[in-house]
Amino acid sequence: MSVQVWTYIIVGITFALYIGIAIWSKAGSTKDFYVAGGGVSPLANGMATAADWMSAASFISMAGIISFTGYDGSVYLMGWTGGYVLLALLLAPYLRKFGKFTVPDFIGDRYYSDTARIVAVVCALLVSFTYVAGQMRGVGVVFSRFLEVDINTGVIIGMIIVLFYAVLGGMKGITYTQVAQYCVLIFAFMVPAIFISIQMTGNPIPQLGMGDTLNDGSGVYLLEKLNGLSTELGFNEYTEGSKDMIDILAITLALMVGTAGLPHVIVRFFTVKKVKDARKSAGLALLLIAILYTTAPAVAVFARVNLIETVSDKSYDGMPEWFKNWEKTGLLKFEDKNLDGKVQYVADPKINELNVDRDIMVLANPEIANLPAWVIALVAAGCLAAALSTAAGLLLVISASVSHDLIKKIFAPTISEKGELLAARLSAVLAVCVAGYFGINPPGFVAAVVALAFGLAAASLFPAIILGIFYKRMNKEGAVSGMVVGILLMLFYMAKFKLGWLGEIPPASEWWFGISPEGFGSVAMVVNFIVSLTVCRFTAAPPQEVQEIVENIRIPSGVNTPSVNH
Amino acid sequence: MNQNISAQKYWKINLKYLSILLFIWFISSFGLGVFFVDALNNFNIGGFPLGFWFAQQGSIYIFVVLIFTYVFLMNRLDKRFGFED
Repeated sequence: MSVQVWTYIIVGITFALYIGIAIWSKAGSTKDFYVAGGGVSPLANGMATAADWMSAASFISMAGIISFTGYDGSVYLMGWTGGYVLLALLLAPYLRKFGKFTVPDFIGDRYYSDTARIVAVVCALLVSFTYVAGQMRGVGVVFSRFLEVDINTGVIIGMIIVLFYAVLGGMKGITYTQVAQYCVLIFAFMVPAIFISIQMTGNPIPQLGMGDTLNDGSGVYLLEKLNGLSTELGFNEYTEGSKDMIDILAITLALMVGTAGLPHVIVRFFTVKKVKDARKSAGLALLLIAILYTTAPAVAVFARVNLIETVSDKSYDGMPEWFKNWEKTGLLKFEDKNLDGKVQYVADPKINELNVDRDIMVLANPEIANLPAWVIALVAAGCLAAALSTAAGLLLVISASVSHDLIKKIFAPTISEKGELLAARLSAVLAVCVAGYFGINPPGFVAAVVALAFGLAAASLFPAIILGIFYKRMNKEGAVSGMVVGILLMLFYMAKFKLGWLGEIPPASEWWFGISPEGFGSVAMVVNFIVSLTVCRFTAAPPQEVQEIVENIRIPSGVNTPSVNH
Repeated sequence: MNQNISAQKYWKINLKYLSILLFIWFISSFGLGVFFVDALNNFNIGGFPLGFWFAQQGSIYIFVVLIFTYVFLMNRLDKRFGFED
């Protein structure tokens, strides 16, 4: 059977599964809709968090980026896993004890202020929208490459599927489809990795295969060989870095803190029964994520070696079928500059003849390694699972922000349970449409901004939540000014150094402290902390009842916090 | 009031656990994976330069162990103070 037939079969089966789960887990109340009834088991929540978290970027782009940057790619590996330590130790248990539905809920109640609530809603929406557009685009790319439908049709099919289970089931539907999506995506990531690891090193565990000797009996280590190939072609040694250490530190920290501050990740910990379960499921989530994250660098090495060996200095006419297929998508470009009919793939841009988009490394990897057609189809299904699960989680945050934080808490406090549920569903529909629109007409800055969503989360929500838990004296004036200054500073730096909205983009030599826009979230976070603490010093302490809330969330036992009337 | 005093004691011990675990978190990622990466790369485990291994593999394993250690410590602490929910 051809790859396309296999893809239709496997993607069809997985989609039927997601829809089946959605029908089975229809939401009956707002509690079902926002936090899946609050009775999700730690393991199910761990799996759902892992799927929620691992987006098209983790599944497709990350191994590709590492493949092309070697050691420098470590910032993503450490950044996107290390954040879970912060989440498990500093946030999840306390937010679970607090026991509300959303992140702005916590900020609004803890800082006894609707201004704080609205600022938090704006931050949550800004972070979530930049993130979700990239997911819908990822869905479109997979559809167009593997099912040969138009990229826009692909986005619309993706929208309909997400719409179906997010609107019908809310968090409850999303949680259980995410459990299924985790299984699909991890299986789809591991199968080709294991195959290729055996092919190249004879070791079935990719994490070990990466550091093993080659299968050809030469006794040379795989990484040694890759370092050799890289320097031969004029690239850096794969295991050595080329970025400044200060920037590596800043990016890693921004990604870690941003991860812990992302609303769609935090909100998952509202769905478990107990504080104890929140801690445990954060651990399980990281364990399940680590399976993919420790395999990705191995995939990166395998793909890099395979790519160089297949194309470097080989005749263009003899290129395998996948090469031609990817050329058609424009993600792989060959230009015979010296007209010798061979592919020169080297670091020097003047004589380099091959441009490979980093996003195709994972998708093309099984083809490059000549794996069977069903494995290639499986990767397509895995990628869709990764993109859809993240999109759904984000859409829920967006819809809850509108229906719960804005409508119920601010504009129409008297709205009935049924009315709020309807509002939640309608805002989910609206959010899907906006996300789809951005997926079809991506504003030029989307790709650039997705990476910066972490900076935004780090600069705004993270400090407000941490101070809200660990510093009893923290008041609303401090938190609000910290969030506002933090997010504005981050937006300014993005606009100036990444998006070019304030005139020409200045060269990297003008970066503040030598820190790139991707890493600037760390600086903006520190500024947020400083502003919050300074303003807090000169303004009144929070009311007694709020200080009691803080005391209360610090211990697991006892009833949930009584709500504050204001 | 008794409840209040034990809550404060509980919180102090929690903060102690947090600082120890976060110190290890910091060292294993920013320390071994970034600051000392060049020095560590002079050593190998299997085919891996050691610093590179910490940056792309080791730190992640340590993170997982840290969270489960915290889960274990806090469950024990909850029990000791009778604060289980």
